[in-house]
Amino acid sequence: MFRYALRRLSSLIISLAVASLVIFLVVEVAPGDPASYMLGINAQPDTVAALRAELGLDVPRYQRYFDWVSGLMRLDFGTSYTYRTPVAEMISDRMRVSLPLAVYALTLSTLIAFPAGIYAASRRGKAGDTAVIGLSQLGVAVPNFWFAMMMVLVFAINLRWFSAGGFPGWEKGFWGGMKALTLPAISLALPQAAILARVMRSSLLDMLDEDFMRTARAKGLSRRHALWKHGVRNALIPVLTILGLQFSFLLAGGIIIEQVFFLPGLGRLVFQSISQRDLIVVESVVMLLVFAVICVNFLVDLAYAAVDPRLRTRT
Amino acid sequence: MRWNRNLVLGAVLTGLFVVGALISFVWTPSDHTVLDIAGKLKRPGDGNLLGTDHFGRDILTMIMVGARTSIAVALVAVGIGMLAGVPLGLTAAARHGGWLDEVIMRGNDLIFAFPSLVIAILITAVFGASAVNAIIAIGIFNIPVFARLTRSGALSLWGREFIMAARVAGKGAARISAEHILPNIANLLIVQGTIQFSLGILAEAGLSYVGLGAQPPTPSWGRMLADAQTLVSIAPHLALIPGLAIILTVLGLNLMGDGLRDLLDPRLRERSV
Repeated sequence: MFRYALRRLSSLIISLAVASLVIFLVVEVAPGDPASYMLGINAQPDTVAALRAELGLDVPRYQRYFDWVSGLMRLDFGTSYTYRTPVAEMISDRMRVSLPLAVYALTLSTLIAFPAGIYAASRRGKAGDTAVIGLSQLGVAVPNFWFAMMMVLVFAINLRWFSAGGFPGWEKGFWGGMKALTLPAISLALPQAAILARVMRSSLLDMLDEDFMRTARAKGLSRRHALWKHGVRNALIPVLTILGLQFSFLLAGGIIIEQVFFLPGLGRLVFQSISQRDLIVVESVVMLLVFAVICVNFLVDLAYAAVDPRLRTRT
Repeated sequence: MRWNRNLVLGAVLTGLFVVGALISFVWTPSDHTVLDIAGKLKRPGDGNLLGTDHFGRDILTMIMVGARTSIAVALVAVGIGMLAGVPLGLTAAARHGGWLDEVIMRGNDLIFAFPSLVIAILITAVFGASAVNAIIAIGIFNIPVFARLTRSGALSLWGREFIMAARVAGKGAARISAEHILPNIANLLIVQGTIQFSLGILAEAGLSYVGLGAQPPTPSWGRMLADAQTLVSIAPHLALIPGLAIILTVLGLNLMGDGLRDLLDPRLRERSV
């Protein structure tokens, strides 16, 4: 297990290196010079040159790349072109909205999907199963931002239980913040829960047909015991993959949901920064999101190996 | 039989929108490029079957023309994902633990690691917002989905006795992958294909909702929803109708996929009879 983890860790580092290079290059080819953009079209060439020097844009590309990467490692993301504040500060401000939102949504999604999937599989073909399938079919088909709009219409505009958008900030109290994130988290979680419940159900059903399940029943385990001890544990392998994938869906979906609810998260930061040509912010936020997803995938792979020892060895 | 009902219902729902999209090439109830401010925000049934939007454009027309965009983008994106992803996944599984497996899967992780929407935003920031860039952005991210699924499905088969038998019989990895692995994971791929197709439709709607998909005057369901957002309390039908169009199309595709899976997999057919 240790050697496996070490091997995966080395490929994690390579992935991060390649990712940083790709992001840097993509942002580099983006048209428009940040300095001339900031100063407007009437700026004198020497003023632009001075600003370029101040922003560190006058050094060669490869040096800018290394400066950027070594800065990232020290959690120094540079200074925003537009706001002249440290990017790290801006990001950590926005993370306080985006990260709780993703975690909130992932928790809701798992809490709904696992029991629903297991319940449906254990009642294959019966009314309960059909109901779960029907609901998950519907859940998969609903665009989360449309669902969000409908929830705003019902719970914010008509019933006035929640605000239609915005975020009061955690300083105003934990529950106020959670309340503001509740509609967005539900909008994000429900479609994901539908997918997860489907995968859980079909994966568990595949397991029920396996020989080892019959063996477990034959040696005297009750249906419920066999399902939990052998079925669910084995069914978790594909479910873990989907769960890992969902993290990136939640981060990406969060960007759109943040637009619907006017939440000051990372997504809105990216949109603002692109329209203001604040490329250093774009670069850092994208790198951060990529870093998060690569790490989650790494953890999923480790969890795989922990659940299924067969995957640790080469065949 | 159950599969039949799913298949028929799904095919009818999907067919409705495909036919609507096709008809829109030759005929639409009105012209979606002509604005009629005097006739704006009409309720459904009030002269126009599904009402009019804030520019007085007929919503049925917008839905029909918008269906073209959604279906085309999603279809091409899934095609890209399958054509590239499945062979990659089969190769990785056949070379499990080897350097090729490692390279393919790390490459996949890398694409996966880029939140698709963020990259779509980057692509549009660099190359401009358009339907083609939306296809590229959605398509690229379908590749690792199919590669991973194919690999994990294939891996679970490679240890089975019938594969051992094929190896003993002298078949090479490529032949085993094509003749024994692929047919056995085909139903997995079909189910995932329908999920990706529906996700493609949803992703296209999402991208055009934030203004990164097809550009005006090309109607798209996502932008209809974006336009409806500020009007949702006075004209809810503006948000309801495009939303229902998306839901019904995606639902239809998924039902059709389920029906096809049951049809293609004899084991499942026995089970449901």
